[in-house]
Amino acid sequence: MKCPPFDYHAPRSQAEALALLARHGEEGKILAGGQSLVPTMAFRLARPASLIDINRIAELDTCRAEANRLRIGALARHARFERPVVPGPTGALLARAAEHIAHAPIRTRGTFCGSLAHADPASEWCCIALALGAEMRVLREGGERLVPAADWFQAVFTTALGPDELLAEASLPILGPDWRCGFAEFNRRAGDFALAMAVTALRLDVAGHVAEARIALGGVAGTPVLAREAAASLLGAPPTPDRLRAAAALAAEGFEPTEDAQVPADYRRDLVRAMTRRALEGSLAA
Amino acid sequence: MSKTPIRLTVNGLPHEVAVEPRRTLADALRDDCGLTGTHLGCEHGVCGACTVLLDGEAVRACLHFAIQADGHAIRTVEGLAAPDGSLNPLQRAFWENHGLQCGFCTPGFLMLATWMLEQPGPVDEARLRHVLSSNLCRCTGYQNILTAVRTAAQELGKWREGATPA
Repeated sequence: MKCPPFDYHAPRSQAEALALLARHGEEGKILAGGQSLVPTMAFRLARPASLIDINRIAELDTCRAEANRLRIGALARHARFERPVVPGPTGALLARAAEHIAHAPIRTRGTFCGSLAHADPASEWCCIALALGAEMRVLREGGERLVPAADWFQAVFTTALGPDELLAEASLPILGPDWRCGFAEFNRRAGDFALAMAVTALRLDVAGHVAEARIALGGVAGTPVLAREAAASLLGAPPTPDRLRAAAALAAEGFEPTEDAQVPADYRRDLVRAMTRRALEGSLAA
Repeated sequence: MSKTPIRLTVNGLPHEVAVEPRRTLADALRDDCGLTGTHLGCEHGVCGACTVLLDGEAVRACLHFAIQADGHAIRTVEGLAAPDGSLNPLQRAFWENHGLQCGFCTPGFLMLATWMLEQPGPVDEARLRHVLSSNLCRCTGYQNILTAVRTAAQELGKWREGATPA
């Protein structure tokens, strides 16, 4: 179907975009890659009165390492992450996940920050943001705030972002070589939304024991969720195959799964167990 | 709804058209520029029939508003053959390998493959299948599409032998 009519604005600067957002509020919507917004409009599920196209704002097209954080601007496209943007586990994890995001011609347009703002439950970037502890830099006219990933995801397609706010940048920690990151997802066809995914990050101390552990699950509930008990179970000991299997089993029990006719809860828990185990084992195999 | 004048460069030629903001790039190419080679299947980004190159990148023309492309360069299936109509190596490979049946998906596959073959580095079987999984063929003629693109990649010196998935 064709999209409903809207007014179009193409600001050239961040300040101009924020002024437009302040003016249009609930009726205005930021257009970045448009790979989720435009289909939603074509289905007439969204009818924003105004689109504020940020694609011509050069200052948002950034992706840089700074003070041990990877700072990802609002116009950094998915395709940018297909090859590591920084050396080490963070860049490798992003590259590993990027190839699972939809298809190549979607990745040339869709953006990292757009995914976080859209907050699809099956978004790879949202799951990684929660696992690694992303921080969102949110701007509004005359104001700025930082929102940690733990407070960002509120419900399906719902985040802490206000109607007059722009997610200008998301940052991720640049993890050192003592971290092992893993990623695994399951979908029925290439490029489909994942039925389950797991992102894992383990820090090993000099003795080879797990000193820190983070496990996030995506595509299984309204928002990405942290598997806290499963992660905690790995601390203080070497990551042996038995311990990884036990942690994966804990991850499968620690959340309320989305259920539908094709994916009953038991199946989803089973997928989480398998994806968590694969992500953990894969992260340690290299 | 009022129309805004925009300038598109399509296959190297300037087009000045006036569009409503909601007009997609695909509709503008077809209905305003008269270039009906770009097909529209699903109109929501799933099928890939409308794939074109925007500033050298493969994009879904149904998920891009024409007004966003103001001042930008677009390549469509009409730009592939030589001016005298002779087919380029990729088009010829589709012809020779029965890479099309009804032909509806063909422009999208051709532009997707054009983009893939213009990327730096060689293409192997895994990359071929990964990139081409983006588009749908309603005749399900995938094997011959893969063969056609593989053949073109070999002819263009872009092919690298690797493990062939079952």
